[in-house]
Amino acid sequence: MTDFLLEIRCEEIPARMQLKASDDLARLFTEELAKAGLKPASIDSFVTPRRLALIARDLPLETAAVSEEFKGPRTSAPAQALDGFLRKTGLRQDQLEDRDGVYFAVVNKPGRATKDVLAEAVPAVIRAFPWPKSMRWGAASQTTESLRWVRPLKGIVAILGEDLVDIAVEDVRSGYATLGHRFHHAGEITIGGADDYVEKLRACHVIVSHQERQAIISTKADEAAAAHGYSVIEDKGLIAENAGLTEWPVPLLGDFDPAFLEVPPEVIQLTLRINQKYFVLRDASGKLAPAFICTANIEAKDGGVAIIAGNRKVLAARLSDARFFWEQDRKTKLADHAQKLERITFHEKLGTVADKVERVAKLARWLVEEGIVGASAPAKAGAQGDEAQSGHGLLPSQEHKEELADLAERAARLAKADLVTEMVGEFPELQGVMGGYYARAEGLPDAVADAIRDHYKPVGQGDDVPTAPVTVAVSLADKLDTLLWFFMREMQPSGSRDPFALRRAALAVIALLTKSNLRLNLRMLTTRIIAAMGVIENNQRSSDRAARDEVILKGSHIPKHIHEDGDVMAAFRSSQAAVDEYIALEFPTGSASLKDRFSGFEVQFLDFFADRLKVQQKEAGVRHDLIDAVFALGGEDDLVRLLARVKALQSFVATDDGTNLLAGYKRAANILKKEGVETAEAISLSYTPEQAEADLLAALDVAEPQAAQAVAAEDFEGAMAALATLRAPIDAFFESVTVNDADPAKRTTRLALLARVRAAVHNVADFSKITG
Amino acid sequence: MAEGKVLSFQDLILTLHAYWGKQGCVILQPLDMEVGAGTFHPATTLRALGPNAWNAAYVQPSRRPTDGRYGENPNRLQHYYQYQVIMKPSPANLQELYLGSLVEIGIDPLVHDIRFVEDDWESPTLGAWGLGWEVWCDGMEVTQFTYFQQMGGYDCKPVAGELTYGLERLAMYIQGVDSVYDLKFNDAGVTYGDVFLENEKQMSKWNFEVADTEKLFRWFKDCRAEYDQCIENGVPLAAFEQAIKASHTFNLLQARGVISVQERASYMGQVRDMAKGSCEKWMEVNGWAA
Repeated sequence: MTDFLLEIRCEEIPARMQLKASDDLARLFTEELAKAGLKPASIDSFVTPRRLALIARDLPLETAAVSEEFKGPRTSAPAQALDGFLRKTGLRQDQLEDRDGVYFAVVNKPGRATKDVLAEAVPAVIRAFPWPKSMRWGAASQTTESLRWVRPLKGIVAILGEDLVDIAVEDVRSGYATLGHRFHHAGEITIGGADDYVEKLRACHVIVSHQERQAIISTKADEAAAAHGYSVIEDKGLIAENAGLTEWPVPLLGDFDPAFLEVPPEVIQLTLRINQKYFVLRDASGKLAPAFICTANIEAKDGGVAIIAGNRKVLAARLSDARFFWEQDRKTKLADHAQKLERITFHEKLGTVADKVERVAKLARWLVEEGIVGASAPAKAGAQGDEAQSGHGLLPSQEHKEELADLAERAARLAKADLVTEMVGEFPELQGVMGGYYARAEGLPDAVADAIRDHYKPVGQGDDVPTAPVTVAVSLADKLDTLLWFFMREMQPSGSRDPFALRRAALAVIALLTKSNLRLNLRMLTTRIIAAMGVIENNQRSSDRAARDEVILKGSHIPKHIHEDGDVMAAFRSSQAAVDEYIALEFPTGSASLKDRFSGFEVQFLDFFADRLKVQQKEAGVRHDLIDAVFALGGEDDLVRLLARVKALQSFVATDDGTNLLAGYKRAANILKKEGVETAEAISLSYTPEQAEADLLAALDVAEPQAAQAVAAEDFEGAMAALATLRAPIDAFFESVTVNDADPAKRTTRLALLARVRAAVHNVADFSKITG
Repeated sequence: MAEGKVLSFQDLILTLHAYWGKQGCVILQPLDMEVGAGTFHPATTLRALGPNAWNAAYVQPSRRPTDGRYGENPNRLQHYYQYQVIMKPSPANLQELYLGSLVEIGIDPLVHDIRFVEDDWESPTLGAWGLGWEVWCDGMEVTQFTYFQQMGGYDCKPVAGELTYGLERLAMYIQGVDSVYDLKFNDAGVTYGDVFLENEKQMSKWNFEVADTEKLFRWFKDCRAEYDQCIENGVPLAAFEQAIKASHTFNLLQARGVISVQERASYMGQVRDMAKGSCEKWMEVNGWAA
């Protein structure tokens, strides 16, 4: 047994790719060896900016000899069959064995020298290497067939025990020689083998282990910070990145002018981290410290004085820029910045960002006025216990509502203004955050500043979900507007393509609604958008007065108001009845009503939300079949209510009553299915029922209305409890009553009884979708 | 920094010329047209195409009208110098050659922290991309180092290595000054400000305020028409010059703030078409296969 060392040296590998590349090398190498039946006892992986390396432990010097036996045709088979078998095995006829009239081939594969296996495996690994981006270089790139690697490949060290494994990839040949640190060690180093690799390189200022470099950076940065009374703000990604930029990491601390600290800390942090890859420090009180730690790649002759001086200067220039932006941006009010949004296209089919802001502002206001956001009464759905009930009935005063609506509209109008500021131009990731700062700086109310800051949230799973009413109104309006209009213009996601991140937006809407228990009827929203579409179309051909008047004449006075106002939001402000009436009208230019023309949009939009909800619930660990059971009822367009139902169902099926009721339901449903009974008919008794029959009927008479009532009151636990009372009577019914009675009257009645059981259960969920 | 003799701005250029001249590069003079970057020089763009070896170095004045700050910002200029090196095919020791040039201009890599940080280059306008790094010296980007993979939409066969030094930035670093205008231009007391401050003021004013946008729009159209003529008549070098002119005219229109977001994409598309069309014709007249 012996060890194998492989080092693949190239020009600087991007830091972000190194760890994955290191894993890929170990994996591909193991796979290649496995093909030859070799398996090292272990693999140690190393990676630096200039080399990928591994040591495979305890390889045999030869692969094991293998003997394989193949069964062939009968000796009496036609000649072609025998020829085929000989071709397949590579043997001659006289080498076959005849066993009871059947040919057998025994193929002995002798063991191979591991060195030979390696000489083939390594080039195969190199050629198949999955770099995220690779390139050609040098004279060989005369053709596009030349070797691709992440950056030019420079050298290969491949030593099995002490023997060189001869490998050639393009013009790179393996050898014992490698290079040390780019600046600390001139000339080649000769490696003896796996045992001296790590230490020989260390002696030449290269720490080959990524993990060790990370540990050095982490420890030394902490020490340097502590020496100044600071602490490093933990940033594992940055440690790994710096370990990927150095072969000999030397953290160095420098300071910057404390006057820069007037710039918001997020800006300073980003400048340090993103632009300069510096660690950010905190002082004893937890505030940002006017200092940074950079990670040099050399043990400088002057102890790092020049490096720190250079880095300080670069940082000062960057922070000066940031401070300039901070000062410059505040000279203009957010409302004035917002004017410039007219110049930015949101989407060619959806107008400018200014257009979007206008829609979002109105939608945010509507969400508050409609009582969807900001009502202090808790939503009924899923309400449990006294705590949730305590606010019930305390509707906000009209005055409070108006105030909230004003704030929401105001915040929405300013929410995107920071997109045109210099700071966000420089640091796009600070969108929202900067708007929040600028809003506060010009003295806007905290609720507005907070809403501007947080209205992009939640961004993805795990992000904070806002609950402040003004923020929620703006955030919801922003995302709903995006979703509705992209769907309206037929730009919905398909398959893996979701270029406008609509799925994420929908998940954010779900999170916002459920977090604050907000009751939003999605269907109402879609009908209003359809109505708004009519208004837009009408505006576009407003010159056609006659056509327009014709529509108005056809409708009642309220649709006329929607139409004449020429304002998209008129559709939102109108009553649901008026909206319904309006979109059912036939427009003179098109034969179909708005409702007919856009019914596809409505269906797609609601289905899309249902799908998102399913995905989200599945990820939250809710049983897939229970979600289906509730969704199968259809017609639910209130997400909060839907989730409350799923939740109640999940608790119920976990109980004894639930399990047994489910069993009873399934038995009933199976019989009904076999008999082709689809609906529940009224039951008229023409005979004296058996006791169990009468009991079930009585139980149904109580439970059915109870369940229906509880569902109407959105008390799903109550509905489940009502169903639970059916359990015993159903069990008894199946115990003592024969459904398939010879008397057709009895049989029909009993089937009807079972149909009622099924219908009662379906009040709550389609139990047929529940498995087990 | 400042160990040993500190190079003036002009000595920095002369030192690089001497160094790259010794490496076999032809030392060219700047392209006599307004360009946004040294890469636009046909000595890079067009020479990156085709099979022939080519090694060149030159200074290229680069104009970026929107970066003008009326001479008031110590780091931003609407006119500045790039030092451009192109070596094709990329030599195996290009990194070492480059590091040698840093030592030559007074940067000791055992005192200063030199790093190759991933930075892939892409110019949609030129239909070009490459992989490489930005080279950091003590945290400051001093050079863009790129292995061209495609130019004008064509695979580079062979690949050229391109180095672009930001001369002002490098000089400020070497001389230890905080404002570009304080740079010593020579050793006889002339500063960068003496040479260029007034230019920055007037040109910023012209770029942002004075330039007649109606004429600019017309020039752009004229360039486009002239380009078509050049292509028809099989003179891609001349066609490429029209693409360069159109590109700069577009940049001026941007600085004047008269191109809407919607139009922007269309103008950029036209410049791209012209640049790529010139490359295509250049390939064709040279008889090079894609």
